Amino acid sequence: MALRKTKVPMPEQPPEERIRNFREVALGLTPELAQEEAERCLQCKNPACEQGCPVNVRIKEFIGKLRGGDLEGAYRSIWSTNILPSICGRVCPQEEQCEKYCLMGKKNEPVAIGRLERYLGDWAREQGLTLAEKAPPNGKKVAVVGSGPAGLTCASDLAQKGYDVTIFEALHVPGGVLMYGIPEFRLPKAVVQAEIDGLRRLGVEIRTDVVVGKTLTVDDLFADGYRAVFLGTGAGLPNFLGIPGENLCGVYSANEFLTRINLMKGYLFPEYDTPVKCGRRVAVVGAGNVAMDAARCALRLGPDKVYIVYRRTWDEMPARREEIHHAKEEGIEFHLLTAPIEILGDEQGWVRGMVCQRMELGEPDASGRRRPVPIPGSEYQLDVDTVIVAIGTTPNPLVARSTPGLQTTRWGGLIIDEETGMTTRPGVFAGGDSVTGAATVILAMGAGRRAAAGIDRYLSEGGKEG
Amino acid sequence: MVFRIRKKRVLTPVTVLFEVEAPLVCRHAQPGQFVIVRLGEKSERIPLTIMEARDGVLSIVIQAVGKSTRELIGLGEGDALADVVGPLGQPCPLRDSGTVAVVGGGFGVAPIIPIARALHDRGVHVIAINGARTAELLILEDELRAVSDRYLVSTNDGSKGVQGMVTDVLRQLIDQGEHLDEVIAIGPMVMMRAVAEVTRPHGIRTLVSLDPIMVDGTGMCGVCRVSVGGETRFACVDGPIFDAHQVDFDLAVRRGHMYDSEQKVALEHYEKCRCHGGGEA
Repeated sequence: MALRKTKVPMPEQPPEERIRNFREVALGLTPELAQEEAERCLQCKNPACEQGCPVNVRIKEFIGKLRGGDLEGAYRSIWSTNILPSICGRVCPQEEQCEKYCLMGKKNEPVAIGRLERYLGDWAREQGLTLAEKAPPNGKKVAVVGSGPAGLTCASDLAQKGYDVTIFEALHVPGGVLMYGIPEFRLPKAVVQAEIDGLRRLGVEIRTDVVVGKTLTVDDLFADGYRAVFLGTGAGLPNFLGIPGENLCGVYSANEFLTRINLMKGYLFPEYDTPVKCGRRVAVVGAGNVAMDAARCALRLGPDKVYIVYRRTWDEMPARREEIHHAKEEGIEFHLLTAPIEILGDEQGWVRGMVCQRMELGEPDASGRRRPVPIPGSEYQLDVDTVIVAIGTTPNPLVARSTPGLQTTRWGGLIIDEETGMTTRPGVFAGGDSVTGAATVILAMGAGRRAAAGIDRYLSEGGKEG
Repeated sequence: MVFRIRKKRVLTPVTVLFEVEAPLVCRHAQPGQFVIVRLGEKSERIPLTIMEARDGVLSIVIQAVGKSTRELIGLGEGDALADVVGPLGQPCPLRDSGTVAVVGGGFGVAPIIPIARALHDRGVHVIAINGARTAELLILEDELRAVSDRYLVSTNDGSKGVQGMVTDVLRQLIDQGEHLDEVIAIGPMVMMRAVAEVTRPHGIRTLVSLDPIMVDGTGMCGVCRVSVGGETRFACVDGPIFDAHQVDFDLAVRRGHMYDSEQKVALEHYEKCRCHGGGEA
C-alpha cells in the first residue's frame, strides 16, 4: 500500500460552530486515524526528528510501538522524557521542531508527530494509566518557583531523580501560562490539571498562593532547608503601546483579557464571578500567538467584528501558521501594515475608536525583519470600542528585586549560565521565559530540563548555597 | 493550606472583621500591604488591605458592596476561604518623627490602624480622624484611639463628633494652626480625593491607598493601572500607596466603575439563586 503523502487530517469543530463555544477546536485522532498516521513513519535508522525536540522525546520508538499496537509501551516511551504529552502534542510548534526534520517531510508532509503524541497522552488519561517511576528518595529538598512549563519540567525531572521537590505557585491553581494564557479551545484546562496530577504522583508538592518575592523570599527558601532553587517565573509583565488613550476603559492587556477568560472563566459569568467585558468591535494589537488567542477568545464572546492590527505583513507574523489559519477561518479581519497611534475615548472615558497609521516595510531592523515605516498622511480611524494590547511581555521583576545577587539583563531577563541554568547567585537556577522573554512552551520545558540536570550536578557535587 | 476563619466580628450591618489563619502571609506582612482573597471554586480574586498580621493570624475587614463581598461577610467562624495570598504591594513609607494625621473613612479605617500603630511606635505624633455617615457606622474606634495621640470623629449627620466630613475635621486642624508633616488617608475614592484637595494648597505631603480593580495582584494583568505624576503605574506592585497630589483621581474613579453593570448582574443572579435555594451561602 502506498503511503499517504499528506498528514491524516485531524477532525475539527467547523468554524461556524466553534466560534460560538469555548470547546476544543481540534478534536484529536481516532484510533484508526492514529494508526494510519503512524504507518507513515519511515522508522529512520537515525531519526532526525528527535534532534528537533527540545526535550528529546523518543519519537521513533513511540511511533514504532504505537503502530505495533502497544499503546501503553508507546506512552511509556514518551513519558520517560516528557510527562506532559497531552499538552505538548497540542501547543508545541512541531513544524519548527521535530516535524521540520522528519525525512517524510522532505518530499511530502511530515509525519504528524504532535498529533500522535497528543493521541497517546489523551489515551493514557482516558485509560487512567498513571506512571510514577522514580529513583529512591535522596532526601535533598529543591524549591521550584512557578508552575508553568519550565517549572513543571524541572520539578518532574528532579522528582524522578529522587529529589524532594516543592513547587511554589503565585496563583490559586498550578499551570502558569497553560492555565491563564492559552485558551480552553486550544488546551483544555482539565488536560493541564490531569498532567499536573502526574507530578503529584511523583511526590512533588505543589503550594499555590505563594508569591515568591513577596510571601517568601529566595533567602527564606534556603533558610527553610531547600538546597537549590529553580526560578521558572515566566514573562508575566505586559507591555503597553505607550500611546495616548491607553488607560481608557475598554483597553486591556492581552494578559488581563486572557486571564479573565481562561483562569477565571469569565466566559461563564455570572455562573463564575469574574466578568469580562467585550464590546461590539474589538481590535487586537499584535500578531503573535497571544494576539491570535486573544482575538479568537474575543470572537467567542459574540462581538460584531474582531480585528488584528499589525504593523508588518503576513511574512513577519510571529504566530504559528496554524493559529493564523484558524483565526482567518473563524472570520477575524487582519489590518496589516497598520500601527495604532492613539486610542480615542468618549465623555465617560470608554474607548470609541482608534487612530491608525499605515506603514510600509523599510530596511531590516535588529530582529532581521523589515522595519515598518509610517506613511505620512495615512492616518485613519478604526471604529472600535475594545482594544486588546498583545505586543509581548517581559519577566516579572518580583523575584529579581527581592533576591540579592541575581543579575538581570537590561529588559529584566535573568542572566544564567547556558549550560547549567545557574544564575549569578550560586544555588539559584532559572529557565524559560524569565530568562529568554516570552517564547514557547516547549523551549521553556527544554530550559527546565537543562536546569534540572544543572541542579542535579550541583547538588551531587555537594553545592552549598552562596 | 486551610485559611480558616477563627473569629468574626460584625462591625456594622454591612461590615465584618475576620481573623483568618494565614501564617505564611503574616511572615512578611507590613502596614499598607494587601492580600487577595478567593472564597471558592467559582469566586473572584478580591484585594483587601491588611488590618493586622500577627502570630499567623490575619485580620481583614470586608464591606459588602457586590455579590462576592456579600457572600464573604456571610461566612462564619470555622469556615475557610479557598485562597489568601500575600502580602502584596509595597509597605507604607513611615516617618520617624513629626506629626502625621491619619484619616480613615468607612472601612478604610481598618488599614489605617496598622499604619497609625507603626508611626505611633516610632514616636510620631499621630492624630487620627475616623469618619462615617452616622454614629452606628463608625468602626474600630477603640482600636484607632489606642494607637493615636489625638482621636477625632466626624459623622455626616452629626450623631457623633463633628458634623460633616473627615475633610472638615482636617481643615479645622490646619486652620487652627496644627502643624502636619504628613497626612495619610484611606477610604472611598471621593474622600481621598477631597483630602488631597484640602492639603494641596498647604503643601502637606499626603498619601492615599488606592483600591482599583485587580485580577492577579502580582503585576501580570495591568487592570489596576493608575496615573501618578503623569506616569502609568500598577497599583498592585508599585502601590497601593501613592502621593495623593500626583494621582489622577478622575481616571481612577472612571476605571473603578468599569464593571458596575456586571456587578449588578452578578448580584441579581446571586439573589435569584439564593431565592431558589441554590446559593452557596
